[in-house]
Amino acid sequence: MQTEYLIAVDKFCACHNIEISFISSLQQNGLIEITTIEESNFIDAEQLQQLERIVRFYYELDINLEGIETITHLLQRLNIVQEENKALRNRLRLYEK
Amino acid sequence: MDFIDYYKILGIDKTATSKDIKNAYRKMARKFHPDLNPNDKDAKKNFQQINEANEVLSDPEKRKKYDQYGKDWQHAEEYEKQKQYQQQSSGSRGTRYSGTQSGGDFSDFFESMFGGSGFGNSGRQVKYRGEDYTSEIHLNLTDAYKTHQQTINVNGQKIRITIPAGIENGQTIKISGHGGPGINGGPNGDLYITFAIANHSIFKRLGNNLYATVELDLYTAVLGGEILLNTLDGQVKLKVKPETQNGSKVKLKGKGFPVYKNAGQSGDLLVTWDIKIPTNLTDKQKELFTELSKS
Repeated sequence: MQTEYLIAVDKFCACHNIEISFISSLQQNGLIEITTIEESNFIDAEQLQQLERIVRFYYELDINLEGIETITHLLQRLNIVQEENKALRNRLRLYEK
Repeated sequence: MDFIDYYKILGIDKTATSKDIKNAYRKMARKFHPDLNPNDKDAKKNFQQINEANEVLSDPEKRKKYDQYGKDWQHAEEYEKQKQYQQQSSGSRGTRYSGTQSGGDFSDFFESMFGGSGFGNSGRQVKYRGEDYTSEIHLNLTDAYKTHQQTINVNGQKIRITIPAGIENGQTIKISGHGGPGINGGPNGDLYITFAIANHSIFKRLGNNLYATVELDLYTAVLGGEILLNTLDGQVKLKVKPETQNGSKVKLKGKGFPVYKNAGQSGDLLVTWDIKIPTNLTDKQKELFTELSKS
């Protein structure tokens, strides 16, 4: 069985000095998933990096949620393209002398 | 150590107001923030410069010192001594953008003029993850074929890592917590290692399969036979079918590359035959070939 690491939303917010409502709005926009256990909200540790990135976009770069959604989508596409580029480069090596 | 023109970095002139600085900084930060430019080393470098420029220009004390001494920054120490007699100001209210990859890297010029990392002036006492470090390891194809350990040096810290067999060229692995230290009690950053695997003179790799072109003499190609073939795992005996055609392929199942993190599983080795026509034929051989051509 795989162990799941969860981070309490209120602790994350206190740590980053942000409003809990911000995390709720991210969930409503489908940018993160929240797990509720006995009325307490948690974030999967796997999402931590993504969430911290979103916090930086919002609080430091003044990008609104619509902008963050767009950036997240584009970054995902960029990641796919970079992976494809890497695979193609490796394929090209077959024909290099 | 060269003088750094912070105004130029932010694209503003010396008369810029604090609002102008903030706007210029925000604009540049949006352009070069590492979160928006993954895997772009230039963006990271530019972002650090922008951060540093903002650190100085958004802080009235630092800006004053910078403007006053500018290119003569090496004499700034005397200024510092004088300042010790004065009451210190409360510091800047400007924010300093952070990020997993931005860290506290300041230029030697900055360190020399202002000392420290400049982090103390941040408005919010927020916990930040430490900087993510990146490193590159160069391997030969034969190194990547077997699970092995290597000790690497990252920012002065020796880290022993296990490299699983089957790692791919360009693949990046994350080593959690081995990046820069967290700020204000935040967690450490991570270490990202990218592998660069050099081409092999005989074997080419695509995914888990290996490809090799092997020379075969005409007589074995025509009549069939057995040859010894080199693989990354040693030599293997391979039967050659009679009437083997030039450019035809044979697949050796399980003799390719190990599947990453799947012990016991391997790809295939695909051999392409390169049939060599004999040269410097004797008269007798020519005669026999002529006879053959008539049959």
